[in-house]
Amino acid sequence: MPAVQETVEQVRSIDVDQYKYGFFTDIESEKAPKGLTEDTVRFISAKKNEPEWLLEWRLDAFRRWQTMQEPEWARVSYPPIDYQDLYYYSAPKAKEGPKSIDDIDPEILATYEKLGIPLRERDALLGIESTGGTRVAVDAVFDSVSVATTFKEELARAGVIFMPISEAVREHPELVRKYLGSVVPVTDNYFATLNSAVFSDGSFVYVPKGVRCPMELSTYFRINERNTGQFERTLIIADEGAYVSYLEGCTAPMRDENQLHAAVVELVTLDDAEIKYSTVQNWYPGDKDGKGGIYNFVTKRGDCRGARSKISWTQVETGSAITWKYPSCILRGDESRGEFYSIAISNGRQQVDSGTKMIHLGKNTTSRIISKGIAAGYSDNTYRGLVTAHRKATGARNFTNCDSLLIGDKCGAHTVPYIESKNASAQFEHEATTSKISEDQMFYCRQRGLSDEEATALIVNGFVKDVLQQLPMEFAVEAQKLISVSLEGSVG
Amino acid sequence: MSAEIRLMRTPAEQALSAALEQVPSAPGRLNELRRSAARSFNEQGLPHRRVEEWKYTDLRTLMREAVPVAGPAGVAEAEAAARLLAGALVRRIVVANGAVVPELSDFSELEEGLSLLPLAAAVAAGDERLSRLGGLVPARYDAALALNTALAGDGVLVHVAPGATLARPIHIAHVAVGQGPAASYARSLVVVGEGARATVVETFESVTGQADQVNSATEFYVGDHAHLDVVRIQALGPAAVSLTTLLFEVGREAQLHDFAFTSGAAVARTSLYANLVGEASQVAFNGAVLLKGRQHADSTLFVDHQVPGCESRELFKHVLDDSSRGVFQGKIVVRQAAQKTDGRMMSRALVLGDDAEMDNKPELEIFADDVQCGHGATCGAIDDDLLFYLQARGVPLKEAQSLLVQAFVGEAIETVEHDGLRDALIEQAEAWLKARG
Repeated sequence: MPAVQETVEQVRSIDVDQYKYGFFTDIESEKAPKGLTEDTVRFISAKKNEPEWLLEWRLDAFRRWQTMQEPEWARVSYPPIDYQDLYYYSAPKAKEGPKSIDDIDPEILATYEKLGIPLRERDALLGIESTGGTRVAVDAVFDSVSVATTFKEELARAGVIFMPISEAVREHPELVRKYLGSVVPVTDNYFATLNSAVFSDGSFVYVPKGVRCPMELSTYFRINERNTGQFERTLIIADEGAYVSYLEGCTAPMRDENQLHAAVVELVTLDDAEIKYSTVQNWYPGDKDGKGGIYNFVTKRGDCRGARSKISWTQVETGSAITWKYPSCILRGDESRGEFYSIAISNGRQQVDSGTKMIHLGKNTTSRIISKGIAAGYSDNTYRGLVTAHRKATGARNFTNCDSLLIGDKCGAHTVPYIESKNASAQFEHEATTSKISEDQMFYCRQRGLSDEEATALIVNGFVKDVLQQLPMEFAVEAQKLISVSLEGSVG
Repeated sequence: MSAEIRLMRTPAEQALSAALEQVPSAPGRLNELRRSAARSFNEQGLPHRRVEEWKYTDLRTLMREAVPVAGPAGVAEAEAAARLLAGALVRRIVVANGAVVPELSDFSELEEGLSLLPLAAAVAAGDERLSRLGGLVPARYDAALALNTALAGDGVLVHVAPGATLARPIHIAHVAVGQGPAASYARSLVVVGEGARATVVETFESVTGQADQVNSATEFYVGDHAHLDVVRIQALGPAAVSLTTLLFEVGREAQLHDFAFTSGAAVARTSLYANLVGEASQVAFNGAVLLKGRQHADSTLFVDHQVPGCESRELFKHVLDDSSRGVFQGKIVVRQAAQKTDGRMMSRALVLGDDAEMDNKPELEIFADDVQCGHGATCGAIDDDLLFYLQARGVPLKEAQSLLVQAFVGEAIETVEHDGLRDALIEQAEAWLKARG
């Protein structure tokens, strides 16, 4: 199959040593003392001028974290992490908090320019106009702090709140207090608990009732400092009938030691609301011998709290030494819908253990999982997913398709799906090869005069494009540049 | 993700450990085999839901108590209990309460090349073919197998010489009889020599509704170019606990076809381990599981492709009525050397009862790039359109359901090659549907 050959060559050409975002910005930074104690937690909280309740919340998380053990069930292996040998807070040193974009350290601006992220709105407008796309509001997070958020005013006019979460704690405490930790509880898992104790910044989005967010929102994460963990926390709330599309991108310098990234993302949709969350993850994957790279241990979960609400996760995972990430949907509201589209590419010594959870609780809830994994080099690529229908989730429907492709005989591709149906009216379908196309679809195409090959090509193409097409245009371009891999001719 | 919990030993574990102290000594290697199995059970106990392979079948909870080991069975009792395939053209060996009943077993006029004897007799005679017993060991500790290895005293030794072809299937009829719930352990060894051809049937029955615990383990060695068909029917009483372990080693260009029909026991777990060690062999592991009431049945498969060019097929059909629970866990491992592997696994469940539950976990673990592997899993109720079609043509609802269920499990049963056995299985399925009303 020529399609396979093309894919093989393209993936080979993504040389692991060609990580182009691996530069380091030399900038003075202010750090918390190395190590993690209650004092570190207090330090971070004080730095952020946090109210008492949040400090207590953090300390509670920290105490719980001390009693927990690192999870070992994922198919990844790495030397034990010394949590006392990390900096938990690092911020670019600034004389005063930046009042406007002009007060931001030019070094940082230059960093984001280099990454292709315009932080100046007029640049953003110019840049975007020339490519003919829509505008994107960006929240840029540099190590532990958010350095700039663009288009704030225009968003405010629409009633959309988009700001660093540290600012939201002060300006909208009622919203933060109500929703923070309501999707990913403090005790959810080892890394989420750690994040709850030491999270430094991240984005906060609130889209009020009936508002369709006028532009794409985006956060760009950059780990710059040595030996620093990044622990950001994102909270997005779409009130009744609201819609928002959110993009996330990440890069880090090339370093010999591993760096920890343990983020938590919480999404909440109320009645008829929709959140579309897209990620292009391009953390430094380590060199070809597996030295260095980011440990990406992320907890992402969306809660479709309202009826007819929808959450859609799209991810293109190409970076990180280790990825441990399962963006999930809790389909609580009746007729709510969850989607997960994923392309995970591993090369070199990368290890990916990723997938999703679709938890059907409400009636007539639907979910769809499309996962494409490509393993090359010495990497291991695992899809691990759970689809479950509660006893009361009558009429639940799920369709899962996960394909993987192995390039070379030193890598591994694994599929570990858990499919649990606890009521008779739930209808689940799971398939794990491209060749296993639903007979119904084939029949439909054949009936309309297509040959088997044409029908297969049509359906398979449809599947692959499903993932890329889920990305907003701005990201689709980036993602395509990043992978430009055809996924036809996959192997379970 | 909490700290390691030190598990309390359950009453069942304590009782089993006590039973293990009574393990009779055996000659030679077997003695050490039994002792080390007993040791590993004492160390690791019964599996619970945190043990990944037993995630959906938490034996610690499902097997609260260990019943005493069964005593010898009466011949008349055993004869009355062994009803499955009675009158079929098979060579029947009755294993009652874990011991061969010679009076009910047909050891006469053995075909050329066939050795067939009670395992206990082989042990007593120091039969050298027993050197293969305990030779197949799963990668991870398996509690059911450990108990079996330590406590099973008898079973059947089947040895088919190279090139021999058996005219009649060998039927190992396991029955649990006697007053009061009891535990029985049977261990069998089946060796099919190079180029030989055989069919082995194992059935499990109990007459009473007693909470018997029936543990059986069978090792199958399929030689190069050999052809082995295995059919298993588990129709134990509705209160029984059934633990079955099957271990296969398949040689070069061999053919193995295994089919399991499960409709009995309150809790049933089948662990099947298959090592494909010879190139270009073809194996199939199929099954039909029909459950009602509060029955729980778990079929767990590990198919390990170690060499190039093998083909494996798995097709499991579950029909779940009332509040029963079906579990299918299938894992296909393709080692780095096993290029050109063709593996396909399918699990389909038809859920009839509103409270029934189906848990599917089809797994692929692949380290070779030139392979064709896939799995599918579906689960849902009977298609309303199909029911409507039949009803519109005057077929009453119940009958229409029966027809559709029959067609559904039929697909798996049809894979059984032996005509007589296939018909018997279809009868079993029909009887199940009839009992449903």
